Amino acid sequence: MTMSRDEVFQKVQGVLVDALGVDEEEVTAEATLMGDLGAESIDFLDIVFRLEKAFGMKVPREELFPAEGLLNNPELISNGKLTAKGLAELREKVPHTDLTEFAKDPSISKIADLFTVNAIVNYVAGKVNAT
Amino acid sequence: MRWIWIDKFVEFESGRRAVAVKNVTAAEEHLHDHVPGFPVMPECLMIESMAQTAGILVGQAGDFQEKVVLAKISKAAFFDYVTPGDSLRIEAQIGTISPEAASTSGRITRGEQLIAEIDLIFSHIDRNLAGKRFPEENFVFTGAITSLLRDFALSGNPSGSRGRESGG
Repeated sequence: MTMSRDEVFQKVQGVLVDALGVDEEEVTAEATLMGDLGAESIDFLDIVFRLEKAFGMKVPREELFPAEGLLNNPELISNGKLTAKGLAELREKVPHTDLTEFAKDPSISKIADLFTVNAIVNYVAGKVNAT
Repeated sequence: MRWIWIDKFVEFESGRRAVAVKNVTAAEEHLHDHVPGFPVMPECLMIESMAQTAGILVGQAGDFQEKVVLAKISKAAFFDYVTPGDSLRIEAQIGTISPEAASTSGRITRGEQLIAEIDLIFSHIDRNLAGKRFPEENFVFTGAITSLLRDFALSGNPSGSRGRESGG
């Protein structure tokens, strides 16, 4: 089954409207889940469950939100920033996220900003069209 | 007062769905305080009754090994008042269950009439709060729930009682 990016976006939008209680207009491609849409950690699980249902596929949480796991590793973080090694690891884990801007100042406080609507759409589109 | 808002389970299909009943009586103090002069069951307690029904369903699916706590009310819609004399049927169904959490959907009915639709998410907290420590013992599933499941022989049932099998 192939789906256009627009189709994927619309479904993801519906999932986020239901999971986060936000308006459709707020769910833009650039919106960040935590900053703009007010998501909390339990919402990430809710989003994962709803995506699985909407697209009929398994969505491992660490695949969709992989940066969560990096934050507890002292080897990858120094002075509140990701080290070169940390950044390399993050790149490997989030091939569906654009890290160009983030790499200029890889503060861990900004990792939350990487969870955008677009990142979810990229992930789902990649997965749906690969199968 | 005991914080138990269901009377007993009447159907239990492990890992799938469960139905509990709650008989509302005028002897319940709080009914008279919520809206003076109009005894009514507070809607938040209907959510709690669903959380107990669905939470025990989720807990039993993991043999009561996980600490299952209510993490999110995804949906709560109410369609009528509940007053003394009402018999409520609280039906919960597991949507998704994973090692770290579960989602459930549920309906509360009185006879044929729909009273509420309540969808919840539960967290297995030992797996979700990195670094934070909780007591070893399972403080969620204590003896208090034993009597609710008295009619069922289920794996992990803390009572170890043996009743009739689930109708499922």
